[in-house]
Amino acid sequence: MTASFTGTVKVLVPTGSLGAGAREEEVQRGIAMGAQVIATDAGSTDSGAAYLALGTSKNNKGAVARDLKIMMRAARDAGIPLVIGTCGQAGGDRNLDWTRDIVLELARELGTTPRIALLYSEQSKEIIKARNAEGRVRPLAPLGELDDATVDDCDHIVAAMGPEPYIAALEAGADIVLGGRTTDTAVIACFPLMKGAPAGPSWHAGKIAECGAVCTVRKVPGSGVMITIDPDGFEIEPLSTVNICTTQSVSGHMLYENSDPFRLYEPGGVLDVTHARYEQLDQRRVRVTGSVWEPQPYTMKLEGASSGQFQTIMLVGIQDPIVLADLNDFHDRMLAICTERVRATIGDEAGDFDISLRIYGWNAVSGDRPDASTPIPREVGVLFVATAATQAMATQIAKACNPAFFHMPMPAHNEMPSYGFPFTPAYIERGPVYEFRLNHVVECDEPGELVRTEWIDLALGKAA
Amino acid sequence: MALVKDVCRKVRSKNAGPFWVTIDLFFDGPESFRRYADDPAIGPEAFARLFGADPNLVKRYRVDSLDMVKVSYPRATPQGGVVERDLHCGQQFVRLLDVELASAAS
Repeated sequence: MTASFTGTVKVLVPTGSLGAGAREEEVQRGIAMGAQVIATDAGSTDSGAAYLALGTSKNNKGAVARDLKIMMRAARDAGIPLVIGTCGQAGGDRNLDWTRDIVLELARELGTTPRIALLYSEQSKEIIKARNAEGRVRPLAPLGELDDATVDDCDHIVAAMGPEPYIAALEAGADIVLGGRTTDTAVIACFPLMKGAPAGPSWHAGKIAECGAVCTVRKVPGSGVMITIDPDGFEIEPLSTVNICTTQSVSGHMLYENSDPFRLYEPGGVLDVTHARYEQLDQRRVRVTGSVWEPQPYTMKLEGASSGQFQTIMLVGIQDPIVLADLNDFHDRMLAICTERVRATIGDEAGDFDISLRIYGWNAVSGDRPDASTPIPREVGVLFVATAATQAMATQIAKACNPAFFHMPMPAHNEMPSYGFPFTPAYIERGPVYEFRLNHVVECDEPGELVRTEWIDLALGKAA
Repeated sequence: MALVKDVCRKVRSKNAGPFWVTIDLFFDGPESFRRYADDPAIGPEAFARLFGADPNLVKRYRVDSLDMVKVSYPRATPQGGVVERDLHCGQQFVRLLDVELASAAS
């Protein structure tokens, strides 16, 4: 296919993440420039495991609907497809269904009747255990071999799709493709690959454009980029007429959130940009050549989220100079007294609990122990975090510690201090601790074998 | 003797997936890059000491075209765990700023 590819493919990437704020004027400009597809990513693991464990979006519905409306209207008017990956932040089945319902609402509002493909890539625990038993699940550093108990701990497991299920849906006539968990790159690379564009530039363009305008120099606020893939490479330019792409801004994006700046592992291969060349075409556009795609046996990366122990938190603000004069000592005394209060008032029932005190304004972010030469801050906030097996126990622990957290005197105090609580009640039940538990790949014979595609054809007026 | 912050125009850190952190050190020019890119003070042992990373897993890359060095290391505790202080690791670069680079004259 690649050998016969002679033209260009233009992909409009309106924003780095659905709901982050696509711009109507940018999308219109991209359409006028000849965009053949609108493609965007709608999620990431960056914000933690909660969104996969809970099946909820990070962005609010209004923000997602606002962006979707701009894209759906533009795609409909231009007669081009709209492709969205990792719907609802985590790309689990519930995240995808939440996005689907917004799209259906908007279609009614806009009076459009698109053919919608839904690509589900959430996996059952049974499938993952069976593949693991066959030796077809491999760990990625720093994790080790997978065991059944870890799989059982997960609330939801997804496999990151490559471009193939998208290509199949587009070839079957989808106007809108909504995908579950997908690699950011694949969402943008799928359409060029379907058109027979060379794999190296298609994947590399996908990586550079996956965060939208993050790879540009933004003189004014801007959200999107246009990529044009040709037989030898690709060009990229901002959708804003004021912003610019430079060789540094574009090549620098290959570094972003990647542990390896040269090689990017994707389903079915590795993108190697070691010998990529970045050339400034004019003030706004950069051309990239020399990107190489190395096909490899097909794997999908697994992500699994679990919910574990529960946390209850409290916060006080402190300006008292006696406390500020020795915050390390304050921390140690408070931790000892709180721990003792839990032992004395709850005892063994507290189970395997943890109390953590974070002094914001002093060392909460680093966890380091500042030395005596560190300047005294004007005020600090002290975050109390109790972690226990149940929410009720975490709250019991917080309540046991409340008097000390509020009033603990330092040796220099000649009367009982009262620190500054911002809320009543003083405690906040924060919910479970969510963690990613998998960092593994599953081997596949076919790219689509762990993906389920469903169709909603609004032209038929019912689900097909 | 120079500190990282004296010879870099930008240092940034970010999570690279839930289990890895990646730090980008953009040197202030080719001269500093050539002089300090392979400095042990920003090598695996330093990342073990500063971040609790397994030194055998720390990866360092030179990107000559950008006069930058990327160092990636596995997180000492899982993202969003019981004692999480920086979910996106966007603040982790700070403890590198005052690291002394040992390389003598090039």
